[in-house]
Amino acid sequence: MITAERKPIEDLIQSVSPYRRILLVGCNECVTVCSAGGRKEVALLSSALQMHFMKEAKPFEIKEITLERQCDPEYIEELVPIIDQADAVLSMACGCGVQEIARRFKEKPVLPAVNTTFMGASERQGVWAERCAGCGDCVLGVTGGVCPIARCSKQLLNGPCGGSTRGKCEVDPDIDCAWQLIWDRLKALGMTERYEENIPAKDWRTGRGGGPRKIVREDLA
Amino acid sequence: MESFQPVIVAFCCHYCAYTAADMAGSKRLHYPANVKIIRVPCTGKVSALHIMEALRKGADGVYVAGCLDGDCHFRSGNTCATKRVAYVKKLLDEIGIGGERVEMFAMSAGMGEVFARTATDFTEKIRDLGPNPARVGLDKLGCVGAGA
Ligand code: SF4
Ligand code: SF4
Repeated sequence: MITAERKPIEDLIQSVSPYRRILLVGCNECVTVCSAGGRKEVALLSSALQMHFMKEAKPFEIKEITLERQCDPEYIEELVPIIDQADAVLSMACGCGVQEIARRFKEKPVLPAVNTTFMGASERQGVWAERCAGCGDCVLGVTGGVCPIARCSKQLLNGPCGGSTRGKCEVDPDIDCAWQLIWDRLKALGMTERYEENIPAKDWRTGRGGGPRKIVREDLA
Repeated sequence: MESFQPVIVAFCCHYCAYTAADMAGSKRLHYPANVKIIRVPCTGKVSALHIMEALRKGADGVYVAGCLDGDCHFRSGNTCATKRVAYVKKLLDEIGIGGERVEMFAMSAGMGEVFARTATDFTEKIRDLGPNPARVGLDKLGCVGAGA
C-alpha cells in the first residue's frame, strides 16, 4: 500500500485558516489501511479542527466525505454536487488523490492533510515499513524476495557494504541490513550461488530517472 | 465561576468500573451528579473519536475507566484504551483545548469507593480548570450572531 501520516495539527490549522468552509475528503483505500486518511481519521481531524476554531471563536464549517478512491476520476465526480459549498478542499488521500481533485476542480484550492511517505507493508498493528521504491525493473527474483533498493540504505545491488553489523544497517541500528536479509533468505532457499552473481548496474530510466512515468495498456486504453 | 457545574462524561467498562459505580450506589457513597456514565462492553471499544466528540459536543472533561492492569475481560482492551487516551491528550494539547481534560483510570468491579473518589476528584479537577474553551468560544460566537 501507499503509506502516509497526518501532518502536524498546527500545520493543518495554519493551512485552513484563510478559509471558512472546508470540504474534508478522505480515501477508502491505502490511507484507510495505514490509518492516515480513511473515514475514521477524517472524522477525528474534523472534530479536532472544529474544536480548535470553536475555541478561537472563529466561524468555521467543515463537511466530511470519504471517497472509494481519490485517484480515480469516476469517484472524484461525487464531489461535484458539494464542491461549491466549500472555499477549499483538505484532502486526506495520498498525493495522487490530492492531485486528482486539483486537476478536476481547477479553481478550488486543494490542501494536503497527510504526508505521503512510501510503498510499504504492515509489520504489525500500527507499524508500517518501506518495502518497494517502484524502480520499474524488479530484481526481487534474484535477491531472495528482499528489495535492495527500498530496504538497503545505500540501494546497493551487490551488498553488503562494510557497515553491516550483526544484521543491522550502519545508518541506524533499528534498521535491518537488507543484504543480511537477502543472504539469510538465499540460504534458506538453498540458493546461495545466486549471491555470487553480480547484478549489473541498473538502468534507472525505468524508475524516476526517466522522468514522470506512464503505463499504457493498449487493450484497455 | 462559583456556579460552574462541569459536564463530565465517563466511559465505564461493563466488567469493572460500571459495576464499581453500582457498588458505590448500593453502598450509598456520594459522587457528583456531574458525571454522566456511558457503559461500554470494554474500554477497548472507546475510540479517540468518542472522546473527541464528547468534548466537541460540550463536555468539560472525559474519562475512561477500565479494568486493572492485566485484568481486562477481553485481555488487552484496557491497554488499547490507555494508548488512545494518551493520543487524544496530545491532540487536545495541539488544538489548544488541553489534554488534562481527559484521563484514564483503572479499577475493579469491587472498588465502589475508588469509583466514587475518582468521580469526585476528576470533577473537582475540571471545575478548577474551568469550562471547555471550545464551548466558551462557541458561546462567544453565538453572541456576535455568527452560526457554527
Ligand atoms: S526491485 Fe524495484 S520494483 Fe522490486 S521491490 Fe525493489 S524497488 Fe520495488
Ligand atoms: S549496512 Fe546493509 S542495509 Fe545498510 S547500507 Fe550497508 S548493505 Fe545497505
